[in-house]
Amino acid sequence: MYDVAIVGVGIHPFGRFGAKSAIEMGAQAVRSALADAGASWPQVQFAFGGSNEVDNPDAVVSLLGLTGIPFMDVYNGCATAGTALELTADAIRYGKYELGVAVGMDKHLPGAFTADPEYYSAPSWYGAAGQFLTTKFFGIKINRYMHDHGISHQTLAKVVAKSLRNGVLNPNAFRRRPMDEQSILDARMLNYPLTQYMFCSPDEGAAAVVLCRADLAHRYTSTPIFLRASALRTRRYGAYEVHSSWAAVEEDKAPTVYASQAAYEIAGIGPEDVGVIQLQDTDAGAEIIHMAENGFCADGEQEKLLAEGATEIGGRLPVNTDGGLIANGEPIGASGLRQVHELVLQLRGQAGERQVPGNPRVGYAQLYGAPGTAAVSILTT
Amino acid sequence: MTQVAFAPDVFTWPAAEPRLLGGRCPACQAVMFPRKPSCPRCGNPDIAEHLLPRRGVLVAWTIQGFLPKAPYAGGETEETFRPFGVGLVQLGDEVRVEARLTEADPEKLTFGMELELVVVPFRTDADGTEIMIHAFAPASPEISDQAELAE
Ligand SMILES: [Zn+2]
Repeated sequence: MYDVAIVGVGIHPFGRFGAKSAIEMGAQAVRSALADAGASWPQVQFAFGGSNEVDNPDAVVSLLGLTGIPFMDVYNGCATAGTALELTADAIRYGKYELGVAVGMDKHLPGAFTADPEYYSAPSWYGAAGQFLTTKFFGIKINRYMHDHGISHQTLAKVVAKSLRNGVLNPNAFRRRPMDEQSILDARMLNYPLTQYMFCSPDEGAAAVVLCRADLAHRYTSTPIFLRASALRTRRYGAYEVHSSWAAVEEDKAPTVYASQAAYEIAGIGPEDVGVIQLQDTDAGAEIIHMAENGFCADGEQEKLLAEGATEIGGRLPVNTDGGLIANGEPIGASGLRQVHELVLQLRGQAGERQVPGNPRVGYAQLYGAPGTAAVSILTT
Repeated sequence: MTQVAFAPDVFTWPAAEPRLLGGRCPACQAVMFPRKPSCPRCGNPDIAEHLLPRRGVLVAWTIQGFLPKAPYAGGETEETFRPFGVGLVQLGDEVRVEARLTEADPEKLTFGMELELVVVPFRTDADGTEIMIHAFAPASPEISDQAELAE
């Protein structure tokens, strides 16, 4: 088995871009990642592409050059980009290829996602009843968590205020205006206890990563970042997850916990070693819960940590330094590669105004989405 | 007025004491809602129909504060929509089900409160047919009296 290095990252800004197609955004992200690696498209031996809205992300080859390479398309809900990254890395790890690209792209309509419940193994009446809503699940989950572990509404607002402040410093972010905590709390209640500004928005964008066999990375960069682990897990019996009309009485842990434990074990790294963190913040509550599910604190400790500013860029546990999903929105196929893009900049020391001080050496990224799928990646210098 | 269930095979109706139609796996005893084609715990493809207990406790909840998009079939408009509660309700020691709550005021919902299944109006169609949906209501003596009167 070979080690795998990330030698280039690229992003198309996240937001709304009129008539511009997701494929065009994807091609732009790949070009930018290749430029970052000092590589050209004809050198790329294979690719994985992820998207929700685009049936065939491989269509980017028509904009990049029809070189005939194998280009595989994947979809795994909010964990799509984690899947594209893992499969690209594995193909290099097992020696099949030396240089490949993982790209994600999407272009969603505004407003909450909707679909046929039966595609998620939920009954069709579940949608008719008004329960087929991811926002409802996140409201239920954080409401119980706050009750069990003493998390306040103010702490939810602190998550959003922090992410928007970080978004101001990120030229590629969708939302770049700060908000005070009181305005966040006073906004329209969508799914109690979560207000309008505590949710991310589906939007548009793309991101790409160039991966290379680690022993060849010096050809492309003097600052390779190594992908030490990636792990994806689905829900177990007993976990109450998005789009479930029921759950077992005996509770099991969320899939994130299992993906996280697997990734730490593969990497031989613990949460105490991590210097910069990307968590799935579909809503402010998810960021709070995911801090504990990924091993960065005990349940309930978030109340104190956020009051101290621990998750700020200059804090002990910097979380979502680029503004996360709350400031960037979520083009599903691209979201996880945006996380990796930010981690790579941070680990190289190239994050500019957002740079985490003290030369972080380990980066951590987590994705979570319907119908109960989580992916974790661990990167190091 | 004609009253019709909003979907078939969700709850017993008409019934003075409606029950949710769940499933039980004869192999591993897992209880689910609704009945699925096979068992989510052990994969056994033969699931028996199983009526779920009517009473339960509130494990977790939210308030649906905005009008859901299609396939929602409540028939409201942005103007007529009123927020409704949604809860995860544990029925005995059998299963937890996610369902609408009759109470939509966060001040009146408490974790662990006792609830009881009721069937309530969901929407009224143009021909006057009342479409009914299952929901959990606070299990007060008042509700029990009403159930008895209906019998
Ligand atoms: Zn079974």
